[in-house]
Amino acid sequence: MTTSYYEPQDLERFAEIGKDAPELARKFFDYYGAVFAEGELTGREKALIALAVAHAIQCPYCIDAYTTSCLEKGSNLGEMTEAVHVANAIRGGASLVHGIQMRKAAEKLSL
Amino acid sequence: MDQQSNRQPQAFPEPGIDDFGATLAKHGLTLTRASSRALQINVGLLCDLACRHCHLEAGPSRHEVMTRETMAEVIAYAGRARFEQIDITGGAPELVPHIEWLLTELAPLAPRVLFRTNLSALGRPESRALVEVLRQQRCVIVASFPSCNTGQAESQRGIDYMGKGVATLKMLNQLGFGVDGNNLELDLVVNPTGAFLPPAQCQTEQKFRQDLLRKHGIVFSHLYTFANVPLGRFRHWLESSGNLENYLKKLAGSFNPATVQGLMCRSLVSVSWDGYLFDCDFNLAIGQPLEGRKRHVAEMAGHPPIGIPIPTGDYCYACTAGSGFT
Ligand code: SF4
Repeated sequence: MTTSYYEPQDLERFAEIGKDAPELARKFFDYYGAVFAEGELTGREKALIALAVAHAIQCPYCIDAYTTSCLEKGSNLGEMTEAVHVANAIRGGASLVHGIQMRKAAEKLSL
Repeated sequence: MDQQSNRQPQAFPEPGIDDFGATLAKHGLTLTRASSRALQINVGLLCDLACRHCHLEAGPSRHEVMTRETMAEVIAYAGRARFEQIDITGGAPELVPHIEWLLTELAPLAPRVLFRTNLSALGRPESRALVEVLRQQRCVIVASFPSCNTGQAESQRGIDYMGKGVATLKMLNQLGFGVDGNNLELDLVVNPTGAFLPPAQCQTEQKFRQDLLRKHGIVFSHLYTFANVPLGRFRHWLESSGNLENYLKKLAGSFNPATVQGLMCRSLVSVSWDGYLFDCDFNLAIGQPLEGRKRHVAEMAGHPPIGIPIPTGDYCYACTAGSGFT
């Protein structure tokens, strides 16, 4: 079995998501473009955030796209790797802090 | 023996990539020479590094260097056909015998003389006399420095590069190069460390200023970002890594017609280590001579005529991508 649910070429077809619901797609892509425009944060900083989020949500298309984008916006591999650690720390921390829920539930049930 | 000029041009274009000439024609453009402002002198292919993006495949095993006799012919040409800028490149020009003499003779012949360095060769103790000539003649030092990240810099330029590059930049700062108020210019050139387009120049300059100052206390005058040109060792790497087609497509897809007017081949004359003439260092790399025929610098009376066509290839897309090469 060599096929996969994820095909790298599908990223280039992203715009096809506008078929059958063009108005919603237009709203999304306009918003997306506005989010990534230079603002208080630079385009380079936004690409690093996107790279970290892509790892948190584990989207291979976004990882691919924002790895290229980070490199083309002048981030180096040290910065990109640190961004992935930030995503990891938040993900890990978020799981761990929910451990308090577990402890509270266990306390309630326990003698 | 002029091995350089005997090389056969590679077959272009790559399947699936539009011919560069056809792309120009589609935009109603032609590429012809304007008035010549700069003389670039490639003094040889010998280098202490073997960078993986080198379009000339320069390295320690290359022995082609400009002889003193050819240097004299180049100096005579620079005297006959004055240029606004003279640009010394290689290989590593530091390793070429008589380079100090060449610089001393050329400096009075143009208002601005550039010396391109990989930093590693300039930092050797043997280069001290050369550094002194560069300082005395107020040459502009143009240094390749691909990344502030050691792993990426060394993947392009070789192991141990970072320490040497940083040490040479510090030494140049100590001598006043790149430091405000000294009139000693130190410029950095950043090429991407792979098959991706260069970042925007002004943001990269700001970022390198912050990083080099914070990490190493280094300052510089200006920074330029350039796309890697798909020729020589970089093209071999693109092929072997499966990146060639996508990279060429990316360059061709970023074609910006507004860059054509200012392309360096329109205003630059490039001389190879053996004294032959080309429109740019990339045409030199594949042996496509100026005006389509081999001509030695000693035969040239003055500037090449305005309006002559410039030979091109798919690598020209690297010069016209986005905001361009020059
Ligand atoms: S490679 Fe660049 S500079 Fe050389 S001929 Fe092509 S467009 Fe001109």
